[in-house]
Amino acid sequence: MNQPEDKSRRSFIGAAAVGVAGLGTIALAPGLHLVEVSQANPTSAPSQGASSKVRWGMLIDTTKCATGCDVCVKACATENGINETLKDARQGSQWIRKIDLKDPKADHMHSLPMMCQHCAEPPCVDVCPTGASFKRADGIVLVDRHTCIGCRYCMMACPYKARSFVHQPLTEQNPEVPRGLGCVESCTFCVHRVDKGMKPACVESCPEGALTFGDLNDKNSEIAQRIARESSTQVRADLKLNLGVRYQGI
Amino acid sequence: MRTEQDIRNTREHETLFYALTMLGGLVTVAGLAAALYMEHAGHVVTGMNNQVVWGLPHVFAIFLIVAASGVLNVASIGSVFGKVMYKARAPLSGMLALAMLAAGLAIIMLDLGRADRLIVAMTHFNPTSVFGWNVILYPGFFAIVGIYLWTLMDRQMNPYYKAAGFAAFIWRLLLTTGTGSIFGFLVARQAYNSAVLAPMFIILSFAWGLAVFMVVQWIMFSWNEVSLNPAIRTRMKNLLGTFIAAAFYFVMIYHLTNLYFAKQAAFEHFILVSGGIFPILFWGGYVILGTLIPLILIYHPGLSQQKGSICLAAELVLIGAICLLYVFIIGGQVFPLDMFPGMIVSSSFYDGLIDSYIPSTPEILLGLGGFGIAFTAITVGVRVFKFMPEDDVTALDSTGHMLD
Repeated sequence: MNQPEDKSRRSFIGAAAVGVAGLGTIALAPGLHLVEVSQANPTSAPSQGASSKVRWGMLIDTTKCATGCDVCVKACATENGINETLKDARQGSQWIRKIDLKDPKADHMHSLPMMCQHCAEPPCVDVCPTGASFKRADGIVLVDRHTCIGCRYCMMACPYKARSFVHQPLTEQNPEVPRGLGCVESCTFCVHRVDKGMKPACVESCPEGALTFGDLNDKNSEIAQRIARESSTQVRADLKLNLGVRYQGI
Repeated sequence: MRTEQDIRNTREHETLFYALTMLGGLVTVAGLAAALYMEHAGHVVTGMNNQVVWGLPHVFAIFLIVAASGVLNVASIGSVFGKVMYKARAPLSGMLALAMLAAGLAIIMLDLGRADRLIVAMTHFNPTSVFGWNVILYPGFFAIVGIYLWTLMDRQMNPYYKAAGFAAFIWRLLLTTGTGSIFGFLVARQAYNSAVLAPMFIILSFAWGLAVFMVVQWIMFSWNEVSLNPAIRTRMKNLLGTFIAAAFYFVMIYHLTNLYFAKQAAFEHFILVSGGIFPILFWGGYVILGTLIPLILIYHPGLSQQKGSICLAAELVLIGAICLLYVFIIGGQVFPLDMFPGMIVSSSFYDGLIDSYIPSTPEILLGLGGFGIAFTAITVGVRVFKFMPEDDVTALDSTGHMLD
């Protein structure tokens, strides 16, 4: 009784099988293959210079930071090749930004630079599915451009809105600071400079000397001595992330 | 003997089937084309930005993934909890689960900034990442449900169906726990970071999954001009009503716990009262359309007996689901991060401001493409295999399983 239906079912299965076999011979999408040879060496050490004896940190004195001054932001952009302009500024990368704070009761203004806080317990590293977000032995939190898949889970997890997603193709990059379309990025503490014994570009550029960079583990360093001697704050200290960036005056 | 009318009907069905498959295929192709465009031009062509990092594609994908795990519940009620009536529905339930999970994952994968690095996602594993767990949970779901379907549809494998069904049930609970925990462990944003999210997603999946099942079942029965036994219809509608109410309870608990913490009050006020589209979608879309009206359709003595009323209730539940997820995912992100409590904050990066999000055509197409994948897979699946639930009403009645 069901012969006509069975026949049409069979003919459909036959036609579908041919179709699927045909589809199987082409790629799912350009660049999307079932087997791919990795170009990067995932086992290579991040850097020979990173040592767990060092904990790089930054102390920011907001009393010296002027509202409207964005010299550090410009220095960062120049150093790291952040030069793209986007129609929607919310899609552009900001590794460091100036935040203005106003206490509604005291009518007192603060201005401060905000960037990756280089947490000792970074939520971005916890949530990254591939391990592309990682913390170097010396406390600098970075993104491995070769293993970032652009899922943006780290951006959901960062309490400081410190990460940016590269929304459009890039040109004229700084060879020492690789960036890439479809990857997440953030302040690196200018790791390429730090590894050469230099300070981050923002620190060097600040005309007021509001930013102090150094080794938090070295008791003789200026930053460690000032943090021991003067009061400083960690933003969202309630999360107990043990930040590498500390603020004064807020 | 088949009458001419029968043959004509079969031909009409045949044409309609190919038309539907073609439609699903076209929507899928449009979604893939949109993904290709986004991959080429970058996410600059989407409405997403550095504040709203997950957009409409994620709303659709998470809906499909949560509903996929929930739809498997129908099978579990039969295999794990021994309800014979549901056993006849287990194969369809398993197939729907696989199709919807595949569709949801396709959207997530194609939305990645580097979709070409799929192999990296599969070969680099971070055990502390909930996304990382999902790299194990999702393929595991395919494998276990695949085996479960095999035990259900192959007589030789049938003795193992209970064990496979139990494994699938446990795995689906783990999977939805993982989906809820993607948000539950996020300390940064006020909308998330709540232990209630994992169980809430599980309960939501029960309601959404059963709603999907009932819509598909209604279409299949209508297609075959068969009517569902009234007793079975009553049982399924009552179960749907229970799940809708339980889901609503968890959503209320989530908001009430947030309201209890003074620091979250501003966020809750935004979502529930002052946030423009979000309170409208929450109260109008989820609470009224997706919860209250379905409950009335299910439990009202007169309305519940109307033809198609239960299918309508299930469809409204699904519309409510999309509304709830939109509020949860998009609303949760547009609200600014509270880095400096009590201070008025401003910056070039839009700190302190409520963000806006308008999905662009490519991301709408990508999201719909996921539905296209699920629709096509389900349409072809029910055509190729015998997934139609066949109720032996006499046997169910005589063994007392109709009412157990």
